Amino acid sequence: MQKSLTIDPEKCTGCLQCEMACSYQSDGLFNPSKSRIKVFNFHEEGRFVPYTCTQCDEAWCLHACPVDAITLDASTGAKIVNADTCVGCKVCTIACPFGTVNYNSDTGKVAKCDLCAGDPACAKACPTDAITYVDADATGYERMKEWAAKTDAGMTAGA
Amino acid sequence: MHHVIIGAGPAGVVAAENLRKLDPTAKISIYGAEREVPYSRMAIPYFLIENVPEQGTHLRKNDRHYDLMNIEVHQQRVDKIDAAAKALSLEDGSTVNYDKLLIATGSHPVRPPIPGMELENVHSCWTLEDGRAIAEKAKPGNTVVLMGAGFIGCIILESLAIRGVDLTVVEAENRMVPRMMNEISGNLIKRWCEEKGVNVRTSTRVDGIEEGGDKALKLSFNDGSTMEADVVICATGVRPNIAFLEGSGINTDEGILVNPYLETSQADIFAAGDVCQGLDFSTGSYMVQAIQPTAADHGMLAANNMVDGREQRHRGCVNMNVLDTMGLISASFGLWEGSGGDRSALEDYDNYRYLELQFEDDVLVGANSLGLTQHVGVLRGLIQSRTRLGKWKEKLMQDPTRVMEAYLACAQAQA
Repeated sequence: MQKSLTIDPEKCTGCLQCEMACSYQSDGLFNPSKSRIKVFNFHEEGRFVPYTCTQCDEAWCLHACPVDAITLDASTGAKIVNADTCVGCKVCTIACPFGTVNYNSDTGKVAKCDLCAGDPACAKACPTDAITYVDADATGYERMKEWAAKTDAGMTAGA
Repeated sequence: MHHVIIGAGPAGVVAAENLRKLDPTAKISIYGAEREVPYSRMAIPYFLIENVPEQGTHLRKNDRHYDLMNIEVHQQRVDKIDAAAKALSLEDGSTVNYDKLLIATGSHPVRPPIPGMELENVHSCWTLEDGRAIAEKAKPGNTVVLMGAGFIGCIILESLAIRGVDLTVVEAENRMVPRMMNEISGNLIKRWCEEKGVNVRTSTRVDGIEEGGDKALKLSFNDGSTMEADVVICATGVRPNIAFLEGSGINTDEGILVNPYLETSQADIFAAGDVCQGLDFSTGSYMVQAIQPTAADHGMLAANNMVDGREQRHRGCVNMNVLDTMGLISASFGLWEGSGGDRSALEDYDNYRYLELQFEDDVLVGANSLGLTQHVGVLRGLIQSRTRLGKWKEKLMQDPTRVMEAYLACAQAQA
C-alpha cells in the first residue's frame, strides 16, 4: 500500500514547524518562504490549514513539462522535479490546479513536495499529528481526487 | 493497427506515448519535418542564455526513449494527405499508409508584409536552428531590434539582454504582451524592461528594412524615424501549419476544425496542439491555443480517441500563459479581460505586483498576475472547477491575493 501525506487541519496549531523542517530538508536553511508545504492562516476563524501537493494521479505538472523534468518516483508515487533538467519555464506552476508547484527565483527552478523519498520531514516535525504519512486510502484523499477530476481536460462519455 | 502522427513537438510525442500505453501492440510512427531529435521550443530561450545545453531542449532525455517505447521517429516532412486512400506522401516521394492519423504539425512564425524581411540578418526565433543562428549573431555590443513584444518576443528578451546586446523592442499595440496581459500590467512590463535598459517602442510599427549604413540593416518606422541595427529578430506571431492540407478534404478555419473528440472532418484523422482549433473552456467556442499545456492535453485526449473502443469528450482547455520577462513574472488565465462581471485588483505599481481577478457571479473566470510566483496554479483550478465562492467572493473583492485561502475554504472545505 502506497502512503500519502494526510492533513487534519483540526489538529494544526499554526506552529510552522513543518515549514521549517521542509525548507531545511529541501534547501538546507530554515526559511518558511522556501517550504513546499504551506500553513494557511484563517485568522477570522482562528484556524490553520497546512497544504501541499497531493501527488495526484493526473499529474498535470508532469504532463505539462516541456523538457521531461518532472518524473514519477515509483516507490513513493511522488512526482519529482529534477532540478538539473528543469529550465525554469514555469508552465507546471500554472498547469497544477492545486497551486502546489512554485517557482523559486533564487534557483531559477520550480519546487514541489517530493515526499522526502518516503520519509517526509514535515510529518516528522509536526508535534500534533496534524500532518501524518499514512496509507493512501485514509481520509482526505478522495476529496483531492474529486477536485482533480473536475479539472481534467477530458471526460468519459456519459460522465 | 498503424497509428501515424505528423509532428514531433509536445502534442505529437505525448500522443505517441499515450498511444503506446493504451495500444501495446500497435505500430506507432512519428513524422517530423525538422532534422532534429524531438525538442521543445519552450526551452530555446534557456538554450540561448546557455542555461541548458542543446540536449536540454529535447522533449525526452534518454537517447533510446523512442526505441524503448517502440515508437518510430522519422525526420521527413509530410507533403500531402490522401484521406480516401488513408495514405501520406512524404518529401522523399515515398508513401505511408495509416489506420489512424494525428495531425500535430504545430505552427510557423509569420512575418509582416514589409520590404526587407528576406534580408540575411533578419531572423525569426522559432526553431532550434533559428536559436543557433541568433546565438551566433547576437554578440555583445551589437544592436538588435526585436519586432513584436508578444509572448515569444518577451521570452527571448532576457536571453538577448544577457548576451549584452543593445536592444530595442518594437510593438504595434499600446503595451507589451497585448494578447496575454491587460493595459495596466502590459505597461508595467514595459516600464520594467525600460528600467533594465531596454528601449521599448510601443504603438510603433516597422515599415521597412533595407541594407546599408554603418550597420548591416537600416529600419524605418511608421512615425518617420529610422535606426540602424546589426540584427533584426521578428517575433510578430505564429500561425497553424495547415497549408499542406489543401485538397485533403480536412476542414480548416484559423486552424484545423475538430469536434469535441478532436476528430477532423475526415474519418480516422485527428488534430492536436497549435494546429488544432480546439474547444476553449471559458467561451465554449473553438479557437487555436498555441500553448504547451493545451498541446499536452490535446495529445493525451487525441491518442485516447484514436484507440478503438475508447471515447473521451473534450471539456475544453483553459487558455493560460506564464511568462518571465527579464525576471518579472506574469501569468494570465481564462477570461482575463473580463466578461461583464465584477473585477477585483491589487495594484502595487512601485513593487511590480499586480493581480486582477474577473468574476461571473461568484465564480472566478479569469485572472492576470504580475510578480506572483506562489500558488498561481490555483487560479486555473478555481476557474476550471467553476467553484462557487459564496462569501469568499466578497473577501476576494477586498483582497484578491487570498485565492489560495478561498480555494481551501470553498473547494476543499477545510476551513
